[in-house]
Amino acid sequence: MPHTDSHGRPIVVVTGMGVLTSLGEGQADNWARLTAGTSGIRRITRFALDHMRTTIAGTVDFVPADPLCAPELSQRLADRVAEEAIAEAAIGTLKPGGGGNFPGPLFMALPPVELEWPQRQALAAATGRNDGVDYADLIAVADQEQFRATYRRFLFASIGEHLAERFGTRGSPIATSTACASGGTAIQLAVESIRAGLSEAALVVGTDASVNPESLIRFSLLSALSTRNDPPEAASRPFSRDRDGFVMAEGAGALVLESMDHALARGARILGVISGCGERADAFHRTRSSPDGKPVIACLHEALADAGITPDAVDYINAHGTSTPENERMEWLAVSTVFGDRAGRIPISSNKSMIGHTLTAAGTIEAIFSLLTIRHGRIPPTINYTTPDPALPVDCVPNVARDAPVTCAISNSFGFGGQNVCLVLQAEPA
Amino acid sequence: MPEQSPRDTAASQRDAVITGIGLVSCLGDGLAAHHAALNAPAGFTPVIDATSFPPYPVHPIVALEYERQIPKRQDQRQMEPWQRIGTYAAGQALDAAGIKGNPDLLARTHMIVAAGGGERDAAVDAAILSGLPKAENPAAFLNEHLLTDLRPTLFLAQLSNLLAGNISIVHGVVGSSRTFMGEEAAGIDAVRTAVARIGAGQGDLFLVGGSHNAQRPETPMHYAMGHTLLAGAFAPIRARQASGGGMALSSLGAFLVIESRAHAQARGAAIIARIAAVASDRCPRAPGQATANATRQLAAMPHDPAHTAILSGATGTAAATREELAFLDTIALPIRATATALGHSMEPSFIANIALAADAVARETLFAPLEPGEAAMATPLHHALVTGWGHWRGEGMALVTK
Repeated sequence: MPHTDSHGRPIVVVTGMGVLTSLGEGQADNWARLTAGTSGIRRITRFALDHMRTTIAGTVDFVPADPLCAPELSQRLADRVAEEAIAEAAIGTLKPGGGGNFPGPLFMALPPVELEWPQRQALAAATGRNDGVDYADLIAVADQEQFRATYRRFLFASIGEHLAERFGTRGSPIATSTACASGGTAIQLAVESIRAGLSEAALVVGTDASVNPESLIRFSLLSALSTRNDPPEAASRPFSRDRDGFVMAEGAGALVLESMDHALARGARILGVISGCGERADAFHRTRSSPDGKPVIACLHEALADAGITPDAVDYINAHGTSTPENERMEWLAVSTVFGDRAGRIPISSNKSMIGHTLTAAGTIEAIFSLLTIRHGRIPPTINYTTPDPALPVDCVPNVARDAPVTCAISNSFGFGGQNVCLVLQAEPA
Repeated sequence: MPEQSPRDTAASQRDAVITGIGLVSCLGDGLAAHHAALNAPAGFTPVIDATSFPPYPVHPIVALEYERQIPKRQDQRQMEPWQRIGTYAAGQALDAAGIKGNPDLLARTHMIVAAGGGERDAAVDAAILSGLPKAENPAAFLNEHLLTDLRPTLFLAQLSNLLAGNISIVHGVVGSSRTFMGEEAAGIDAVRTAVARIGAGQGDLFLVGGSHNAQRPETPMHYAMGHTLLAGAFAPIRARQASGGGMALSSLGAFLVIESRAHAQARGAAIIARIAAVASDRCPRAPGQATANATRQLAAMPHDPAHTAILSGATGTAAATREELAFLDTIALPIRATATALGHSMEPSFIANIALAADAVARETLFAPLEPGEAAMATPLHHALVTGWGHWRGEGMALVTK
């Protein structure tokens, strides 16, 4: 008998995971530091901070990238987490340096790509002008041989092409960009592909290494970032009354998904089940969520219905929890509407208190941490919770990890542009 | 093979059919304007701007009255051109499908957008680049000017998913919202994903599309770095291969409302055409690899050779276009390399060609050749094969039928 869910669809399981954040590389290091309440937020050393209102981030400085630019570092992080996930799943041949043969498609969550200042400056230098350089001058020199690599590096398809070639995934790789919900969207695409019988396995990779001067400034101009620079590790304080914005961060997460039958047939170890996905767009505003929480409420209901469970089954919520005043107000409104009287008693913690907001990658990284929470029966805390917000009567697992059995978790991801994704993650079926 | 008629089997209820098209380009505003331009008695006239980004010609967007689809000035101000073009085309598709302003249907409409992004403030960039070499502390100079000169809202024009976000806000499409990035392949995979989800019962109603603005200097600049552009005088796709080829980029918006046949029939929507199959793949483009992908795709697209034409998305870039045209010529069907007329619009190029294919099969008439190397078609058109080979990566094909 094939293993199907309550809707008669193939059950989608996770058989491999890889993760890399400012806390370190790999599941073991990340989990140890996350449950110890360690912060990965630090003062930025990568570039000059003159005039900056925010001078901190959760950068990944231990992975070398030269020349340093967002797509290059994002790709290196993606390589590493995909290797870890594929090794754990023991699927597809992966020889050192490449030569993979992954038996399914690739779904990615990638940050938007555009030329950065060093590349722009290189073009300007090639014009030979010291003053009054404009785009017409840049266009006139752009065809030079020296810029071929820059062109390829900054194509939207370049990271996907690299990963597909390296890991031998099947078909056309799909890169999603749904802002800070991208990681959730990429998982959802993989789940849909397996449920539809289009594939038996899928590789999901979310990566984001966008901490550069202009990205930091752009978020800063939207007043989205915390300016609590000192000490850096105290800046991200989800659910606290004195939260003042999110902290930009880098990281990557990869998951190997398979139909349960495919996993069992090859004797793979099942790490958890992705049993439900909910998604709803918000038409309220370009950067703000609908204050009535309706899109997120609908999204949570849809995820639960998709998983075929009632709210009572949920015993942990991995919050989007960005540490912005507005996000937590809206998230709590939605959670308290859907879960009613139980809402304040369901542990709801934010990984972002420690790793910051990994933006495009957040949905994949936090899904992995949610599955580790289920596997270890240990809930990572929300650190920096020193001044409770009376408007948010949450059990945010304050400051110290908690041992508790968790069999069913929800992971929330919301993004600019009205993007909302909720995932239901469960323990391996008995 | 006989002409395929709409089947009455249970499976046909999950056919993916097109019920609305929005299309804006250098050729005009709307599908009818495109039909008129492509069937002009004296032949179509290329629309080229050869002076804005020398030496690279681009196909400019036709003048649009944006308020017709984006009534609020405030919304228009929050967008840059690529988002206005796309939001306009999306509104046109929703209008055509009879979905516009219907909150019940819009709440169930799943959106898949193929997008680039990164629209910049050219004046700010130029001022910073001019000041940096003289600055005592270049890094501090950069920070200071970005902080004071960047418009905060420009960020929202740079995020790839904010075309979809604007469509949600302006038109109320809220079933779901996904944005794919990846040049041409993003558009192909957007269509493929929608058709697959309809087939699997993972949704009944989709809005799929994208937009591109070639009339901003960063865009020709980027593709010039790859030595991929047509430089100098304009020539049609096939003809320009003799002098090294290259892309003439275009500004364009293309959106399709795609739904299950059952859903379209139940709400009484007129069906324009059916997307009978769509496939995509990639390869590192060693000679012959893209042809192998396309050969495999073609084998899964049953068509009647007497009544089929090919709408090719050949971009114009030398190696890819040479190989694609050589492959297509072996099929021995009438071919239209539509980038001659539409220019190459990157993300939405495949979607725009599906739009033209749907219109042509609905009329049972292929439009006239776009250059002397293309053959006229005398027989009624029942099937259209749409190809999309990315200028760098990605190969796609679709079969559009009545």
